[in-house]
Amino acid sequence: MTDDTDSNGTVVDDPTRRNFIKATSRVAGGSVGGALLGGVFVGQAAQAKPNEPKEQKQPETPNFQEARQFFTRTDDFEVLKAATECVFPEDDNGPGAVGLNVPYFIDKQLAGLWGVNGQDYRAGPFQPQASQDPGHVQPHPEQSAMNRGAIFLNGLRKLNEVSEKRFGKRFESANEEQQIQILQAFENDDIDMVGVAASDFFTLLRQTTLEGAYSDPLYGGNKNMQGWKMKEYPGAQASYSAVIEQDEFVKLEPISLTDYQG
Amino acid sequence: MTEKLNKVDAVIVGSGWAGGIVAAELTKKGHNVVILERGKARGSSDFVAMKDELRYSSRYELMQDLSKETLTSRNGLNKTALPVRNNYHARLGTDTGGAGDHWNGIAFRWLPYDFEIYSKTVERYGAEKIPQGTTIQDWGITYDELEPYYDQYEKAAGISGEENPLGPRRSDKYPNPAMKTTPTITLFKDASKKLGYHPYHLPSANMSQAYTNPDGELINGCMYCAFCEEYGCGFNAKSSPTVTVLATAEKTGHLELRNNANVTRVAHDGTRATGLVYTDTNTGKTYEQPADVVVLAGFVFNNTRLLLLSDIGKPYDPKTGNGIIGKNFTGHFTNISTYIGARGFFKDKKFNTFMGTGALGATIDDFSGDNKDHSNSDYLHGFEVHYSQLGARPIANNHVPKGTPTWGKVFKKNSIYYYNRNLFITPQSGFLPNKNSYMDLDPTYKDALGNPLLRVTCEYQDQDRKRARAGVAVCKQIMQQMGADIVDVDDVPDDTNFNHRFFTDHFFGGAIMGEGPHNSAVNTFSQMWDMENLFVVGGSSFPHNSNYNPTVTIGAFAYRAAEGINKYFSQGGGLVQQAKTNKGDT
Ligand SMILES: Cc1cc2nc3c(=O)[nH]c(=O)nc-3n(C[C@H](O)[C@H](O)[C@H](O)COP(=O)(O)OP(=O)(O)OC[C@H]3O[C@@H](n4cnc5c(N)ncnc54)[C@H](O)[C@@H]3O)c2cc1C
Ligand code: SF4
Repeated sequence: MTDDTDSNGTVVDDPTRRNFIKATSRVAGGSVGGALLGGVFVGQAAQAKPNEPKEQKQPETPNFQEARQFFTRTDDFEVLKAATECVFPEDDNGPGAVGLNVPYFIDKQLAGLWGVNGQDYRAGPFQPQASQDPGHVQPHPEQSAMNRGAIFLNGLRKLNEVSEKRFGKRFESANEEQQIQILQAFENDDIDMVGVAASDFFTLLRQTTLEGAYSDPLYGGNKNMQGWKMKEYPGAQASYSAVIEQDEFVKLEPISLTDYQG
Repeated sequence: MTEKLNKVDAVIVGSGWAGGIVAAELTKKGHNVVILERGKARGSSDFVAMKDELRYSSRYELMQDLSKETLTSRNGLNKTALPVRNNYHARLGTDTGGAGDHWNGIAFRWLPYDFEIYSKTVERYGAEKIPQGTTIQDWGITYDELEPYYDQYEKAAGISGEENPLGPRRSDKYPNPAMKTTPTITLFKDASKKLGYHPYHLPSANMSQAYTNPDGELINGCMYCAFCEEYGCGFNAKSSPTVTVLATAEKTGHLELRNNANVTRVAHDGTRATGLVYTDTNTGKTYEQPADVVVLAGFVFNNTRLLLLSDIGKPYDPKTGNGIIGKNFTGHFTNISTYIGARGFFKDKKFNTFMGTGALGATIDDFSGDNKDHSNSDYLHGFEVHYSQLGARPIANNHVPKGTPTWGKVFKKNSIYYYNRNLFITPQSGFLPNKNSYMDLDPTYKDALGNPLLRVTCEYQDQDRKRARAGVAVCKQIMQQMGADIVDVDDVPDDTNFNHRFFTDHFFGGAIMGEGPHNSAVNTFSQMWDMENLFVVGGSSFPHNSNYNPTVTIGAFAYRAAEGINKYFSQGGGLVQQAKTNKGDT
């Protein structure tokens, strides 16, 4: 094991290396999108505008999307902010969940089709315990009678309840270590929730946080495509045909669907 | 009140590859055909700006609307089945084109061994080699007999491929050259060759170049856009029912594709099917569409369910082994096939893995089917081992080495660091049928119209776990040879069993084919033995699952079924293929 890994074999910070990688990963050829579209799909290519990413400056007018559609109580939303930031914290790669607007992303998701399990089978009888049944080696997933919105509300309030009980303060006011400890208890099912396993709520929270970090910015998260930039993911490119065979890493400005659809 | 419509020559359930191929071949001969498709109208114009991972890969917008209808699932005969509630656990096709619009396009043929699996196994190892409870059987057809239909499908779909050094006989080469070679494909191929294996490019229904098929349909060259599997192609560069066979059928003027038509019963008089009964999902009104020939091409689950709901054939009973409808449920399952394998993390090498196509990659056939001698193995059938570059999208790809936390600071750092620095190799393994894995109607749960859901019972056998472990071991060997710094390998514990996940859309059985009515529901033209004007087309007719993606074989059998139906029309009825044996129904 080389010395830039910890005992788990995972990479730990090494700024020298990161600078090295940055320096060696310039785009070869520069203009990927434009040249290769070669007129085959003029309409779509024209829409894609791959070489003209929109200005990325912070808007001076308020962002009218940063208001709540689903959560009615500020308290619940504060817990959500703190919990998502624990799952995906700000670090020297870039912003965390709050900086990427993940809480607003989740709020919008819960207000829509997905929050009410609109494309899911919802007829009973429900057997929420089936996902925990120790007799089932491969438990049945997602048998809760609650929809995702209700699971989030119950889960966030439970996070807060546990925090108040253990540490005598609200979840968002607990320190980072305490918050992590509480989330771990949920992840490990050391907490009893009604109608859904604590670990199922945690899985939902984790997954939705990652979705908010990395989905197209049209959904309200991945603010200014900073989630994508951290991963050097270039978004909705029309084509990689001209560069996919090359060995060097190809770095491209990301394209959002706002740009792609034109 | 059910309104009876005017009779047509043939009525088909489903507009996927199976239904589309039959429709094209019948309408080309001048027969009037109606396709009843429960989903909405859908086509290329819906796919143009589809590069949205959340909408299509996390929320599965192109997949079956489970709020209307789903499956129930259990992994043992004494267990209670529960419904599959969310598309993360069931990626099933719907709407015009079915799953054929959002498939990857990995386009394999199956092996000569598959079609004669019982005889060839007995011949090579003796009957005692077949594990207790394994219900493999010969299909009633040989590879050589099926080969012309393989060729026909590959030409219709314009498959792009490289010759397989270990592949079965082909009457012609692939209609298009293989897809591009990327650095990671080269890495996989070189490592496999060094180990003595025989790598070749995945055959692909993403086009390596613009191509016009024999019916005159143009399919464009692939743009390598990385939004392919789970997405439709906005460039018309992925072969699909909508760009090929449905377009061909439309041009004849003999096809009417009726969307929002949810078929609930086959109308019949005990010996002949008289039509299909369906509900218009926009109005709630029910209709009967009479026809001379009725074709079920609604995929494995609804083909089986419609037979059971309509009281056609004898339902399979796992206790006695009697009956046939619902028998031999098999598939590729995510905890023993395709989604397990070896993941390599490379500390100092970044790859362009965010680029890709649905069927870009390479595989080896050294362990496929019975290519490797199984004398000393405690399982039958095998696995192909592939690396594919599909285009790693950022929500779904947050892989970290084992032992790393899955959230928080260390997770974030590692998932970002390794995002472009990890590769995955997976074995796609065969799955042999067993007497406890089957389909019937659920006693409790119903669909939105009040009809019982289909219940799937699936149990793994020891040989399935052993085959999976052998496959993962080869993945590990190749990944190490590829030079990964960390190689993480998936475990297949002894208690691994069916996980209620219907994710691969590779599922089979329910109305299987064979040599006669004693062991099968249909002949090799997909014609029901007991109801000669009813054809049940698709993976429902496959008596077992090979170690390859199935669609090319579904396509080949659909062409054969269409030939049978045209013959049925021209000869004025009768079985187009007689039973080989005459043991009578069991
Ligand atoms: C994400 C994904 C990737 C895949 N990748 C590959 C691959 O790379 N290679 C490969 O070989 N295979 C792949 N497959 C599998 C492949 O898509 C299927 O094998 C193939 O499309 C099946 O075709 P079909 O016509 O039998 O069924 P379907 O395409 O499922 O079509 C059935 C149609 O019938 C309709 N229908 C069903 N019931 C009714 C009813 N009661 N009334 C009216 N209409 C009804 C459905 O709405 C649907 O449109 C993939 C599948 C998925 C989901
Ligand atoms: S990768 Fe190719 S075939 Fe697939 S959607 Fe993109 S352009 Fe179409």
